[in-house]
Amino acid sequence: MVGNLVIVIFDGLAFGMLLFVLSVGLSVTLGLMNFVNLAHGAFAMLGGYLAIVAMRQLGLPFLAALPVAFLGAALISVLFERALFRRLYRADALNQVLFTIGLVFVAAASAAYLFGTGQQPIQLPGYLQGVVEIGGMRFGVYRMFLIVVALAITVLLVLGLDYTRFGAQVRASVDNQRAAQGLGLNVDTIFAVTFAVGSGLAGLGGALAIEMVGLDPSFGFHYLVYVLIVVSVGGLGSIAGSFVAAVVLGVCDVAGKYFVPEIGSFLIYLLLVGILFVRPQGLFGKR
Amino acid sequence: MVKKIVVALAMGFGLAGGANAQETVKIGVIVPYSGPFADAGNQLDAGIELYIQQHGDEVAGKKIEIIRKDTGGPSPDVAKRLAQELVVRDGVDILAGFALTPEALGAADVATQAEKLMVVMNAATSVVTEMSPYIVRTSVTIPQVNYPFGKWAYESGVTQAYTLVADYGPGHDAEQSFARGFTEAGGEIIGADNTPVANPDFSAYVQRVRGADPEAVYIFIPGGAQPAAIGKALAERGLTPPDTKIFGQGELTHPEALESMGENALGIITTFHYTLERDDPLNNEFVEAYREANDGRSPDLFSIGGYDGMHLIYEALKETEGDTSGDALVEAAKGMSWDSPRGPMSIDPETRDVVQTVYIREVQEVDGVLQNVIIDEIPNVKDPLHGADE
Repeated sequence: MVGNLVIVIFDGLAFGMLLFVLSVGLSVTLGLMNFVNLAHGAFAMLGGYLAIVAMRQLGLPFLAALPVAFLGAALISVLFERALFRRLYRADALNQVLFTIGLVFVAAASAAYLFGTGQQPIQLPGYLQGVVEIGGMRFGVYRMFLIVVALAITVLLVLGLDYTRFGAQVRASVDNQRAAQGLGLNVDTIFAVTFAVGSGLAGLGGALAIEMVGLDPSFGFHYLVYVLIVVSVGGLGSIAGSFVAAVVLGVCDVAGKYFVPEIGSFLIYLLLVGILFVRPQGLFGKR
Repeated sequence: MVKKIVVALAMGFGLAGGANAQETVKIGVIVPYSGPFADAGNQLDAGIELYIQQHGDEVAGKKIEIIRKDTGGPSPDVAKRLAQELVVRDGVDILAGFALTPEALGAADVATQAEKLMVVMNAATSVVTEMSPYIVRTSVTIPQVNYPFGKWAYESGVTQAYTLVADYGPGHDAEQSFARGFTEAGGEIIGADNTPVANPDFSAYVQRVRGADPEAVYIFIPGGAQPAAIGKALAERGLTPPDTKIFGQGELTHPEALESMGENALGIITTFHYTLERDDPLNNEFVEAYREANDGRSPDLFSIGGYDGMHLIYEALKETEGDTSGDALVEAAKGMSWDSPRGPMSIDPETRDVVQTVYIREVQEVDGVLQNVIIDEIPNVKDPLHGADE
């Protein structure tokens, strides 16, 4: 029984970590830049397809395909940011929502056109497959890998935002754009880089997700719901918040399905309603 | 004198026939070409397209014209509206397609009122053909493959099993028909769980199965990403054949899922009406032509449903000599039998539903590639639910 509980928590943690990598970028852009980017999931899908192309066409190993997914999604997102999103920073939320959700439709159609409507299977290297058995409990190697990657990303982001010069510039630009500009910060560039990092992380998440949940042109829609739940429960702009929210959601989802399968899939929505009822700004949100 | 008249009449008809050569038979195809089920729609369409490419676009002196309509997802209302538009505005003679049960049910009334033949090329819920006397089905029904599979499972030596099915109509159908076949033969179902239709992570459910420690687990989930996900989750928990047998319907081990699951898939036993790898001249030719026409993509259940659906339309038109009235075509379709790439099949004259061989397949490695290898066949299976209530 204890063993089962440990396994359920482990699985939930791994699923939560996947959600975290997928959503932390949106938390950053939404919280810091006040831009409602529903196309975030489309950048995750983009990363997934980039990883597929890198592995199939270029013959790169899986671990080398991950940075390709990150960098590729980041670069392409900057193009979109400079060409399109930038014009909507001062628009109201409804315009941003309409525009970005439209972009998801375009992304889904483009993916279907380029890659077909089917699932894209990948084959992981042997050292990421299989299980490690500890005390009769079986831990999936890939799930452990996910947890390690997510923890590393969290540490890097927190350190980067709190302790580097660039992190300070980002925070300054967010707190008071005009003052930051007046002090000579190039707010435009700072936002573009922040946006790129956020989308790059989504791309990385998309690549990591293929093994667990698959990849097809509807990816951008499917995971939008989970991503939005994580962001709203965690609180806008809070990396720690997204992390905690993702863990709570992942563990509750898996545990709920295990212990009460009849209502298991609704549990995370109940949780969402409950948490937002008590803290409308999310667990770690400031506004 | 009489002879002369006959000859003159015959010539007249001949001329008339010549003039009619330009006539067309319009077939309205309703499937989801976009949205979450776009893959099903497009595979089905590729089956239709291949049949026309191979057999020409002229039947019984008439030209075949396909009018495609996209439902964009599981939406019965849209399917109904499209069917009405096709009949009223485009003047189609035959309705076809219908990848999803709700959409087939939505359009059924239109077929009845317009008295048009409606060829259901996929929608696999038993009840579909009962919704209109103009419906003929060329795909499969879920009870058709799962009920005999339940029996087969017990006869293969499994006495108790756990069922894990997606929480929607087809999932419930599959669970009930497998369980019925299995328990009627003497087996026992020791546990049953439903998973959400779009479930990303199966670890919790698989852990529950492991806790119950059954001899076998029966799985029904929609195709797409989920088969690979559940296969991996099972392997991670050590639920693998031969210790725990894994049973399922064919979607579970479709080619992309096999590629993604890798050797975790070995030993999974599935039941299906179409097996890509079945070594048969007709099938080999079909698969090769299909891959050539579709960038190497392999045909699946949707493709074969569309392909055989077109065969039915062509043959029925030949028999009615181009008469496109719904009654004549349905009459012609009843009892029709032919050799399809999937194997011998026919249309039950009473239920207008498909009768075919059910294949039991096991995932094995053949020449370094994972394949569904046929280990048993059950010929001439009818849907066990039709007529069961009567």
